[in-house]
Amino acid sequence: MEWEVVIGLEIHAQLATKSKIFSGASTAYGAEANTQACAVDLGLPGVLPVFNEEALRMAVKFGLAIDAEIGLKSVFDRKNYFYPDSPKGYQTTQLHHPIVGMGHIDIELDDGETRRINVTRAHLEEDAGKSVHEGFSGMSGIDLNRAGTPLIEIVSEPELRTAKEAAAYFKKMHSIVTYLGVCDGDLSQGSMRCDCNVSLRPKGQEEFGTRTEIKNVNSFRNVERAINAEIERQMDILEDGGVILQETRLYDADKNETRAMRSKEVENDYRYFPCPDLLPVIIDQDYVDAVKETLPELPDAKKARFENDHGLSATDAAVLAANRDLADFFETAAKIAGDYKLTANWVQGDVSAALNRLEVGINELNITAEQLGRILQLIKDNTLNNGGAKEVFNALVEGKGDDVDGLVDSLGLKQVSDTGAIEEIVAQVLVDNPKLVEGYLATPEEKRGKAMGPFIGLTRKAAKGVNPQVVMEVLKKKLEEL
Amino acid sequence: MHNKTIAEISRDLAAGEYSSTEITTDLLARVKDLDKGLNSFITVTEEQALAQAKAADERRAAGNATPWTGVPMAHKDIFCTKGVLTTCGSKMLSNFEAPYDATVVENFNNAGAVSLGKTNMDEFAMGSSNETSYFGPVKNPWDTDRVPGGSSGGSAAAVAARLVPGATATDTGGSIRQPAALCGITGLKPTYGRVSRWGMIAFASSLDQAGTMTRTVEDSAMMMNVMASFDKKDSTCVERDVPDYTSTLNDSIEGMTIGLPTEYFRDDISAEMQQQVRNAIAEYEKMGAKVKEISLPNTHLSVPTYYVVAPAECSANLSRMDGVRFGYRCEDPKDIEDLYCRSRGEGFGNEVKRRIMVGAYALSAGFYDAYYKKAQQVRRLIKNDFVEAFKDVDVIMSPTSPTPAFKFGEKTDDPVAMYLEDIFTIATNLAGLPGMSVPCGQVNNLPVGLQLIGNYFDEARILNAGHKFQQATDWHLKAPQGIE
Repeated sequence: MEWEVVIGLEIHAQLATKSKIFSGASTAYGAEANTQACAVDLGLPGVLPVFNEEALRMAVKFGLAIDAEIGLKSVFDRKNYFYPDSPKGYQTTQLHHPIVGMGHIDIELDDGETRRINVTRAHLEEDAGKSVHEGFSGMSGIDLNRAGTPLIEIVSEPELRTAKEAAAYFKKMHSIVTYLGVCDGDLSQGSMRCDCNVSLRPKGQEEFGTRTEIKNVNSFRNVERAINAEIERQMDILEDGGVILQETRLYDADKNETRAMRSKEVENDYRYFPCPDLLPVIIDQDYVDAVKETLPELPDAKKARFENDHGLSATDAAVLAANRDLADFFETAAKIAGDYKLTANWVQGDVSAALNRLEVGINELNITAEQLGRILQLIKDNTLNNGGAKEVFNALVEGKGDDVDGLVDSLGLKQVSDTGAIEEIVAQVLVDNPKLVEGYLATPEEKRGKAMGPFIGLTRKAAKGVNPQVVMEVLKKKLEEL
Repeated sequence: MHNKTIAEISRDLAAGEYSSTEITTDLLARVKDLDKGLNSFITVTEEQALAQAKAADERRAAGNATPWTGVPMAHKDIFCTKGVLTTCGSKMLSNFEAPYDATVVENFNNAGAVSLGKTNMDEFAMGSSNETSYFGPVKNPWDTDRVPGGSSGGSAAAVAARLVPGATATDTGGSIRQPAALCGITGLKPTYGRVSRWGMIAFASSLDQAGTMTRTVEDSAMMMNVMASFDKKDSTCVERDVPDYTSTLNDSIEGMTIGLPTEYFRDDISAEMQQQVRNAIAEYEKMGAKVKEISLPNTHLSVPTYYVVAPAECSANLSRMDGVRFGYRCEDPKDIEDLYCRSRGEGFGNEVKRRIMVGAYALSAGFYDAYYKKAQQVRRLIKNDFVEAFKDVDVIMSPTSPTPAFKFGEKTDDPVAMYLEDIFTIATNLAGLPGMSVPCGQVNNLPVGLQLIGNYFDEARILNAGHKFQQATDWHLKAPQGIE
């Protein structure tokens, strides 16, 4: 039978606020366990939550970025369940009245097509703490530093059809929230996590099949792999005439398979009800409009501008627009260089290679957009050749200096294009290497092209920065004159 | 000295009649002597009280005393107090020392008040007789075979027995007014949002409100001057100026309209009880007040509504008592499930468990609409009854409780009979209005309370009305036998 895959994602993104959603404790990552949990985060008797308005502003900003309805009245609810890292015995979240309603984003597929994916909603909630199972023989440790960190949970419509689409959707969301600065997007620290709902149905059937939910997948690659593994598992069962159990599963990346979690955790009745300690959050259109004013240019708009205004290919534009820091770096450099295509090639070539090699982000690289722009400017006016430019680039990346023009001078990379000057250098090389000249003259006519190599090398060694094109011409002429 | 009111002590301290250390020492000795029989305190903080008294005397000597500097009082054991046990009357928190002060406690500390300790209460404020306390029942100073009412029974008994001139208390469905009535003292529950709930252990968050237990209305006004404050730490606290509640106590009440809800003067309330309240109303008429019969048609729905809303909220509020981070933990838990089940099973008493179960049921999938949602809708109707009534009247008056103090064990096997103890007080909480009980007579030598319900944030008016009554009568001066 032919099956259709139905996928919906729930993405949790930590909001980049300084303090927690309902307390004044810091949200900074990596502190010693339980040092960033105040009485409110510990859920001590008698404490009360106070809503952090910065989290509201960020959530509204996100809603506007995905062209969603903004909830002018949103309400916090309590979701009741017992778990050691949930200190109050309930999570404060938004069930019926989320801050962000129906919206949408466009994802690019491999064939260059774009697909619109609808976003059902996004709501504000608090993160839980962490259970630590190592180092407490027979017991578990609880770290509540993360408890109360603000999250938005972004729920997609079940409109994704392949694991690749799901990964593209996750990537696009990552790009949007980091563009907005509402989430740092650090997947390795759990700043963004993804739950994947997967089901299969016979092609053409309207009704959804039974779905499973893969919890807490935390990389683009694993989203794709986990979903594919789950699709395969479900298809095997269905093909054998079996039934899918609605359950929560975990993805094991080492074995590339999904595993059922304890079924007990699935059967919870969360007994939601409005939190009586928090007032409904009421905002007006003026507030929304004011937040709208602060929206930056978003990836889609930037990509379109790169294509239309600067003649980049769709692929180049997409890659450069996907990351806001990289896009800013690119644009600053391109403006100085006066050549968007050349800059695009460099950013995707040498710059990307350096980032990968050093495993750093663009802002940690030892070269600024201004410096790259200057290097490219020097290529454009023939002061540097490509090799020289790479040499300056590498020197900067390795921290061997920070003045581009100074490095060009000190490394002797200034390109000599003046034919007279090059003729003098070549003449000297020929005088200094009589044996080579003898050898050359003894070489049969048809092999002389190759035999010219050593002279080129020697000329360039004698004068760094000589224009190789000019060297070739002069050499040819001089050798023929012999 | 123990018969002095807060106002008198405040004046005496200012006049140098005696020092805070002297009266504190005197009252501590009295607590030691009398409270063995009453059990109104869970914790007596003698050392701390004497230190506070000494500091208060020094502050007065330095010339920056407030009316409260050096005045002794006590806190209901529901308010978190830094470094002192805060048990909420439960085994669950029998070892819990809060690392911070409740805003109410902080306000009294800042004013220089001296706290003698923490008063007994029904477990997690759930009860109307103080019989659910893990630390044993409180006895009514008027008759030690009888209950003091609840849940703030410890505060009420301590004030009635002249152990302290005033104590803080909380009221979720009548927990200040009913014990005040049963112990013959004055109890005020302010408007919801008037006093900060920060540091007050939550029972039902949308109903809980801190208030006062004193012998006189004047003292209640003095307590309110300190307690009421806007607090950013409580999102439900209302930002609104705090008036000087003592400044309007003596205003004339001529022309004031008193509403008497027909639903609160029911046939099943004894004629003697009703007569005491009618006598009080007649007193008001003598002072020039007008009386008007009114109707609060949804009154009969208030107890059932309350017993959905309050348990639902408490079922979530008490989830944090899980044995993981603080409080009671069972011995040798097998696993996390066992730790939860036994810590909570052993740590909570029956009434608390009953309400958690009722609340969890009312919130569960498939029942939410029929119970919790419906209760919220009815709650709005009850509130509207009052809003309508206050278009025509200034104060609503009624009996505070259907009976005077009853005997221990009389209602413990019949939760519904116990719940009906709060039949006249519960609607006020559902509506969020201020309410007060003042002593207005006796039946069989047991005190009877008159309830005064005011409009939103109209505490000053009911304090004014209550004070005028106490100027004209002496019910508030009567003391239990053997206490004088």
